Amino acid sequence: METTFPRLLLAHAAKRPHAAAMREKEYGIWQTFTWARFASMVESVACGLHDAGLQRGEHMVVVGTNRPRLYAMMLAAQSIGAIPVPLYQDAAAAECVFPINNADVRFALAEDQEQVDKLLEIRAQCPQLSAIYYDDPRGLRNYNEPGLHSLDSLIAAGEAFAREHPDFFRAEVDKASPDDVAAMFFTSGTTGNPKGVVHSHRTLLDRGSAGQEFDKLTDKEEVLAYLPPAWIGQNIFSYAQWLAAGYVVNCPESASTIAIDLKEIGPTYYFAPPRIFEGLLTTVMIRMEDAGWIKRTMFHKFMDVAKRVGPALRDRKPVGSADRVLYAIGNLLVYGPLRNNLGFSRVRVAYTAGEAIGPDLFTFYRSIGINLKQLYGSTETAVFVCLQPDDQVRADTVGVPCRGVEIKVNERGEVMVRSPGLLKGYYKNPEATNEVLTADGWYHTNDAGFIDASGHLKIIDRVKDVGRIAGGPNDGAMFAPKYVENKLKFFPYIKEAVAYGDGRERVCAMINIDFDAVGNWAERRGLQYAGYTDLAQKPEVYALIKDCVEKVNADLAADERLAGSQVSRFLVLHKELDADDGELTRTNKVRRGYIADKYLVLVDALYSGKTEQHVETQVKFEDGRTGIVAATLKIVDAKVFDPVKAAA
Amino acid sequence: MNMTSPAEIAAVKKIGDVILHVDNISLAFGGVKALADISFDVREHEIRAIIGPNGAGKSSMLNCINGVYQPQEGSITFLGKTFRHMNPHQVAQMGVARTFQNLALFKGMSVLDNIMTGRNLRIKSNLLLQALRIGPAEREEMRHREFVEHIIDFLEIQPYRKVPVGQLPYGLQKRVDLGRALAMEPRLLLLDEPMAGMNVEEKQDMCRFVLDVNDEFGTTVVLIEHDMGVVMDISDRVVVLDYGRKIGDGPPEEVRANPDVIRAYLGTTH
Repeated sequence: METTFPRLLLAHAAKRPHAAAMREKEYGIWQTFTWARFASMVESVACGLHDAGLQRGEHMVVVGTNRPRLYAMMLAAQSIGAIPVPLYQDAAAAECVFPINNADVRFALAEDQEQVDKLLEIRAQCPQLSAIYYDDPRGLRNYNEPGLHSLDSLIAAGEAFAREHPDFFRAEVDKASPDDVAAMFFTSGTTGNPKGVVHSHRTLLDRGSAGQEFDKLTDKEEVLAYLPPAWIGQNIFSYAQWLAAGYVVNCPESASTIAIDLKEIGPTYYFAPPRIFEGLLTTVMIRMEDAGWIKRTMFHKFMDVAKRVGPALRDRKPVGSADRVLYAIGNLLVYGPLRNNLGFSRVRVAYTAGEAIGPDLFTFYRSIGINLKQLYGSTETAVFVCLQPDDQVRADTVGVPCRGVEIKVNERGEVMVRSPGLLKGYYKNPEATNEVLTADGWYHTNDAGFIDASGHLKIIDRVKDVGRIAGGPNDGAMFAPKYVENKLKFFPYIKEAVAYGDGRERVCAMINIDFDAVGNWAERRGLQYAGYTDLAQKPEVYALIKDCVEKVNADLAADERLAGSQVSRFLVLHKELDADDGELTRTNKVRRGYIADKYLVLVDALYSGKTEQHVETQVKFEDGRTGIVAATLKIVDAKVFDPVKAAA
Repeated sequence: MNMTSPAEIAAVKKIGDVILHVDNISLAFGGVKALADISFDVREHEIRAIIGPNGAGKSSMLNCINGVYQPQEGSITFLGKTFRHMNPHQVAQMGVARTFQNLALFKGMSVLDNIMTGRNLRIKSNLLLQALRIGPAEREEMRHREFVEHIIDFLEIQPYRKVPVGQLPYGLQKRVDLGRALAMEPRLLLLDEPMAGMNVEEKQDMCRFVLDVNDEFGTTVVLIEHDMGVVMDISDRVVVLDYGRKIGDGPPEEVRANPDVIRAYLGTTH
């Protein structure tokens, strides 16, 4: 694509100035920004930034939730050749120091007081950070900090500058080439410092339009932007594809109103990690359990029909006419209202990615008539590598390569990708770049996987995590921790699981219960508990979890290659694993190594045959204070099964 | 974040002239003396706390200012006008709004409607026009709705806009109560134990809202509270009552050091 983000913006503004570009719910009403208004806002901000001294090639930090003015800031920076660096809005202040210093950031836009406080807190460590702009002035009136200005004042200055230099903006936009750096995304990274992934206009826009072609997206799509803008997925969906396709991006009123806003907007193109779909399903299930018996019976009856008929209908396979009629009635009475309640009535294409999705969960959404599919990609590949075509959707694959992508599996079993959307490199880190990019343009995904008979890519685990069982009856068997953990997490009662087994005789797991689901389960049984820690250690809950673990074992035993990964012992953790305590990454993936170090006593106890272990853990509260959670955890054996030999 | 001395804060906040003067107020219920010869003043834009142990006369004092109780002696001067006693309607029209210790919301009505009732005094069109929603009445309603939406945004209760108040947890109901008082665009806001019955987190939230109201709208706040920590953190000046008498008056640090206050309120050293 021979264009850049700012040029696309100007093209939309010229072609359809009065069409909606973005909407933001404010004061209870969806306020529309037309393309023309958006472009003029970008021009003002860009002129203001130039006037304030932001240089071509310089990095600028943007931190906050999805707001039109934040996206305008990114476009403005790009217009004058600067590089926006979005940071996670829920990152702790200390986590922002590295990116800001690594990229020599002098300019930053913070959404509100919370983000401004964060930047001010680390100012001493980032002396070059000279200008901080804020979007929402609330609570900031009495701040007397040098270099702290409102975005409004920047826009006013920009307007004045633009009046004196009317041709400046366009000339700047024309200077950019598609191969210039467009944005930098810091990967959350499970170890060491985060790495800045450098993308050009070309890489991002090429992938954006590849995805657009694949699903035939038009400028009529409606998208709700609710995931962190610092995550490349959100950036592709609400920025690159927004400009490539010219559809409408809607910004929710606040993080707590997303469910309501989703219903009001009714997006046609939707993206969510499995975690969100899981949360939605859990709420539906809990509400159904609490509903009257007529509703409940109807729900379960028709969900059985949906499970049987729905996926086949979606895949356009032959379905009997009796089933068709039943499904149609179900659609009228249950699925339709349910889709509407979830805000999915208009969804044409929905994607999930980032983590494996449970087959039951996946089938649930497909069976009620939502075109939920999977895709494969990462920050380094600008998302789109593989996507599932509408009629070839399966829970255990991630789809076929899309336009421009080549895939091969190397001798380590690692998936290698070559595509026009690959990163230009890691910022100031040639070593890391050389590790992932080969001389002939292949990218190491670090994912172990293979292409199956139908040409779909199947991912098992991270290459570095795939281990071997050492000693015992399963000596030398493959151990895929994430595969096991995901299988456990597919149960609604299990929120997180961490499995160990590499270099050991057998596999053990630490499990986090899902407080909502298990809490509701306990309430329905009249089981009394006094909070999370107490509930987690109830013998009844252990029995419930043990049942789940054994089901997973039976499942694993069915696959000869993975039979050695069966979980022989487990415990239920006394606290939720939390990103604030460093146990999860900011994208909520478990940090297995860190957890093993932090809960060393527990890992030792799992392997030493003890039946219980006392543990004390420091936890960090939202306001930054710390406290101690202590508990004595029980450790329980689970039944393992003999591998089922494949029938000859 | 930025540690500033109270004097600097006062300068930034532009604490103004006295807008409310309470002179020698005495109130008795039969033989029980609730308030004895109380005098104090409230300056514009300040947060003024009235503290004291249970039964000290805090709510009675607020009820006198609010016009609910009529003191037997003394007078109240608000914005230059002196009254022997006020009536609640008149007080409201003069720009005094209040919240209640035990909440007085319409439980079956939505958050939005509850806050809308706070606009009642400012709605000019008559009942008929409002019922028919014609011309000026509709435009007026939109204007008021917009104002109410600003309050909803300010108090961060957007997710509950259409939820009946009775279904909300207590901490949020308190926030709605504050929202309704704010809807009156008061010059003086009387808060009767805004933090009572709240957990620590809810208290912190409420403190932030009170400070923000004071800061953003410049509203003068008179606040009753018996949580000492809360009061000392957010007030500019504090009046201490005990058994209907005033035993202390001044900035928090001065009151905290006052031996009478320590004895009466905090108890003697253990």
